[in-house]
Amino acid sequence: MEHVELFFKSVFVDNMVFAYFLGMCSYLAVSKKVSTAVGLGAAVIFVLTVTVPLNWLLDQYILQEGALSWLGAEYADYDLSFLSFILFIATIATMVQLVEIVVERFSPALYNSLGIFLPLIAVNCAILGGSLFMQSREIESFGLALNYGFSSGIGWFLAILAIAAIREKIRYSNVPAPLRGLGITFIITGLMAIGFMSFGGMLTGGDDAEKTPEGGSAQVETLSEETSKELAQNETLEVSDITPQ
Amino acid sequence: MGLLSKKDSKLILDPLADNNPITIQVLGICSALAITAQLKPSIVMAISVIFVLGVGNVVISLMRNIIPSKIRIIVQLIVVATLVIIVDQVLKAFAYELSKELSVFIGLIITNCIIMGRFEAFALGNGPWKSFLDGIGNALGYGVILIIVGFFRELFGSGTLFGIKVLGDSVEKTGLYAIGYENNGFMVLPPMALIVVGIIIWVQRSKNKALIEEN
Repeated sequence: MEHVELFFKSVFVDNMVFAYFLGMCSYLAVSKKVSTAVGLGAAVIFVLTVTVPLNWLLDQYILQEGALSWLGAEYADYDLSFLSFILFIATIATMVQLVEIVVERFSPALYNSLGIFLPLIAVNCAILGGSLFMQSREIESFGLALNYGFSSGIGWFLAILAIAAIREKIRYSNVPAPLRGLGITFIITGLMAIGFMSFGGMLTGGDDAEKTPEGGSAQVETLSEETSKELAQNETLEVSDITPQ
Repeated sequence: MGLLSKKDSKLILDPLADNNPITIQVLGICSALAITAQLKPSIVMAISVIFVLGVGNVVISLMRNIIPSKIRIIVQLIVVATLVIIVDQVLKAFAYELSKELSVFIGLIITNCIIMGRFEAFALGNGPWKSFLDGIGNALGYGVILIIVGFFRELFGSGTLFGIKVLGDSVEKTGLYAIGYENNGFMVLPPMALIVVGIIIWVQRSKNKALIEEN
């Protein structure tokens, strides 16, 4: 059940764009037309789905404190988490390069339509952000990591699709000249973010704390208390799910 | 400026307004929005980016003739990731509470488009001193926006600056609160950051008509 909960939480409540502002640069640059937005969104979903579980494996078996104990008991004290940034970004850059090669070989039409966006995904903050959030929230299983990668991608895709559609529609509106283009997009995204905040009570029944000075992460803290109680009940299931890869 | 020639001082001053990385070049938006709920994290983030971009620009510029073109993105990523690890460890050692607040956004400096953007656009084609100035200039431009947004969000959202209550005490109803003023709770929430930056863009483009986009 927590898979379903994680899915809806990542798409609506913890939306990569509206709650955490990840991937904003390409979100703003690519959202002038719906067709390019769809292409980039699909590529982001794919890269997130692949890299988050891979980085989970890296974190679980190499980076975490005590993770190296499978090599031998004398390695159980090593804590390599300071290498997380380099290893995560290396995995992401490699995967994106691989994806580029595969797409070019098997579907040249798709490759041409994505153009420059595919290599640019490697430096999209949403991709690295997905892996870093997976690490800081201590996601417990490979399946949950896969779920989280996929659903975060879907959330980002939803956001860029919506803003591209709105930008196409307001092209004929009377936007004040200094606000035209970038300014109005910021304000519309802000209003959409306010709209998405209404999903905050969706998984807890409505009584979570609203404002703290910590900004977006506030809602996440209260929600994860509820889900962590549920996860504790399901813990026996989770342990048997993790098999050595 | 006695030290710097006119062209060099342009490298620092341009990104502060006319070529601002956030409002004109549309780079580095993510962290500008996420951590500006208070002034202190904004300033710490600005200083971190100044360090990473300044040093990174110099390093890439020194290596610019020996990096093979095919792997230059990977080399850039490694340089940035190393500098960010240094910043992260320093913060964890000397300002642990703050590093917890900034959490993943220090790591996200690696993918901050300003850094890769300036590497590609400037450091790969220019000498070390000019690259250093360009890095400092762009990071300062980024910092200026961060500080403005952080200032207004903290002031109107919590009535404090740097944690010091400047408008009076909201619980005991002193200062401005005595006449019925209330904090705008919305300001500390993420969406307001977007709207504040939108307003900054509005003000900037009204003053400088050349920056207005064609439809």
